[in-house]
Amino acid sequence: MSAVEAVILTIITASTPLLLAAVGELVTERAGVLNLGVEGMIIMGAVCGFIAALLSGSGMLGVLAGLAAGVAMSMIFAFFTQSLMTSQVATGLALTLLGLGLSGLIGESFTGQPGVKLQALAIPAVSNIPFVGPILFGHDILVYLSLALTASVAYVLFRTRIGLIIVAVGGNPHSAHLLGFNVIGVRYACIAFGGACSGLAGAYLSLAYTSQWIENMSAGRGWIALALVVFATWLPKRVLIGAYLFGTVWIMGLYVQGLGVAIPSQLLSSLPYLVTIAALIIISGNKTITRVNTPTSIGQPFAPER
Amino acid sequence: MILILERRTTPSRALTFLSPVLAIGITVVIGGVIFSALGLDPLKALYLYFVEPLTSLWSIEEVIVKAAPLILIGIGLSVCYTANVWNIGAEGQLTIGALFGATIPVYLTGWQSPLVLILMLTLGMIGGAVFAAIPALLKTRYNANEILTSLMLVYVAQLLLDWLVRGPWRDPQGYNFPQSVAFEGWQLLPALGDGRVHIGALLGVVAALILFFMMGWSLRGFEIRVIGRAPRAGAFAGFAEKQVIWFCFILSGALAGLAGLCEVAGPVSQLQPTISPGYGFTAIIVAFLGRLNPIGVIFAGILLAISYLGGEALQVEFNISDKSAQVFQGILLFLILACDTLIHYQIKITSPVANQG
Repeated sequence: MSAVEAVILTIITASTPLLLAAVGELVTERAGVLNLGVEGMIIMGAVCGFIAALLSGSGMLGVLAGLAAGVAMSMIFAFFTQSLMTSQVATGLALTLLGLGLSGLIGESFTGQPGVKLQALAIPAVSNIPFVGPILFGHDILVYLSLALTASVAYVLFRTRIGLIIVAVGGNPHSAHLLGFNVIGVRYACIAFGGACSGLAGAYLSLAYTSQWIENMSAGRGWIALALVVFATWLPKRVLIGAYLFGTVWIMGLYVQGLGVAIPSQLLSSLPYLVTIAALIIISGNKTITRVNTPTSIGQPFAPER
Repeated sequence: MILILERRTTPSRALTFLSPVLAIGITVVIGGVIFSALGLDPLKALYLYFVEPLTSLWSIEEVIVKAAPLILIGIGLSVCYTANVWNIGAEGQLTIGALFGATIPVYLTGWQSPLVLILMLTLGMIGGAVFAAIPALLKTRYNANEILTSLMLVYVAQLLLDWLVRGPWRDPQGYNFPQSVAFEGWQLLPALGDGRVHIGALLGVVAALILFFMMGWSLRGFEIRVIGRAPRAGAFAGFAEKQVIWFCFILSGALAGLAGLCEVAGPVSQLQPTISPGYGFTAIIVAFLGRLNPIGVIFAGILLAISYLGGEALQVEFNISDKSAQVFQGILLFLILACDTLIHYQIKITSPVANQG
């Protein structure tokens, strides 16, 4: 395997969890809901996915468990914000704090245990083509799923009736309600989708990125995914570009260190966070491009008039 | 029969005070259920958690030591959240405050004078305020979401601390341990009494009283409340929203920085890679449990400090990870938010038929 090949492969590995979580949150936010609990849902997906895979010996079961954990966490958020009308910002923070604590508690006895590695889909013949083979065809299922999900979200959101309803609910819930759409129901569904994606992102971390459980292993990826959605101005194709850009930054630190350059490792580790801030400044400062796609009702509770 | 939430015409005053109590009560019940599910005696576990920390002088002191930073940070955050300014990076501001204050023991190791302590406290506040000014600048100048920027800076601050204690600030006589020189004499906070309680607790209570009067009786406090509830009304009244954002960040940052300094010049007494068990995040819960009222935050801070100790007691007794405290705190925040709903909404029971008519 050449060095270039290895770099590209690690970039894909680092970008996939960001892409999964961000594309899920994009759908949630398009429906007008800001779920700040992404970090909590990712970490729960990671711990549940890891344990399920370890106990069953099956990576696929691990993926499903991660997905289920993400959905379960998101449903707590949905119940509180949509049915009990709590503040979305505060509830999202609560979800993250709960997820970080709960995952630490559940995963404590599994720390450091060798886990199950999610196997790459071996496609006969094509996987063995030099260079192109491993880069295009040598991945596990979640890498392909993340790309397929992004494409599907782009299609469904802007080309189908369901997508138009979601965007309408996020843009103006009161009008959508008067047109007869079930605003709360749509929001529940979009929150669940976001939870599922975050859960998958978590499972990817503990089953493919590293096949072990480490406390707080999400390392702020949930927050970076949230920033990515803003960076992408709520457009799926830009989420894809952004996720790979951030994944590259994440990996760059490791490679620069490997080259023996005398830069403190902590500075390199803080790069993803600094770049995220820089990206937010560039995008948020530009009012014209943010305003076009920002879901107007984002973060605001909706109570249907009876 | 279905339950619906109906908006009250006026918020319930009684529930404004009762909702935190209700939330704590339900959390205790849920805790009991979880403990029985784990096969523990729920009453004994709850006793260990919430009562035992208050039964000995040593543990009461420990509660105060842990409550001090929670109160200092929590009151600052309560002002922020009242203004709808979402500073969630207090953990980072705490770290930078500690670093600023630590410059004196690190670079002027032998200097002993009462001035040292005053300088360290001031530097701690400046450090926290400067670091909190970054998200304020990015928000007011570039409209960058302060939740995300303040949170990102937490990671940056912690990595900076990590680099300093492993690199340039490592104690040369410290056998290569990642820690700074041990603080001594005037580089440490004076103790209250002869135990571990230091003046940080006193500072917290004094600051809470000041902020309580500021929020209730000053123009600035009124501005903050109006901007938080109705930014448009605030704009018509001529209140500058950007100024409020700056004020909230600098105030809460300074208090978090002070809390950080009090940790390293108090219980920790040097710089280490980790100087806080997540006080900056727990203080978010403290602010909400205290109903964003500085006096309420004092009580909330004490309660959350008890939960930290309770978690440790449970670990000793039942060998359950002290992460259980974090889970408790998370559940508590959810229930506070849910119970707050009752202030503005009442539960109505209706039959589906009547609802359609």
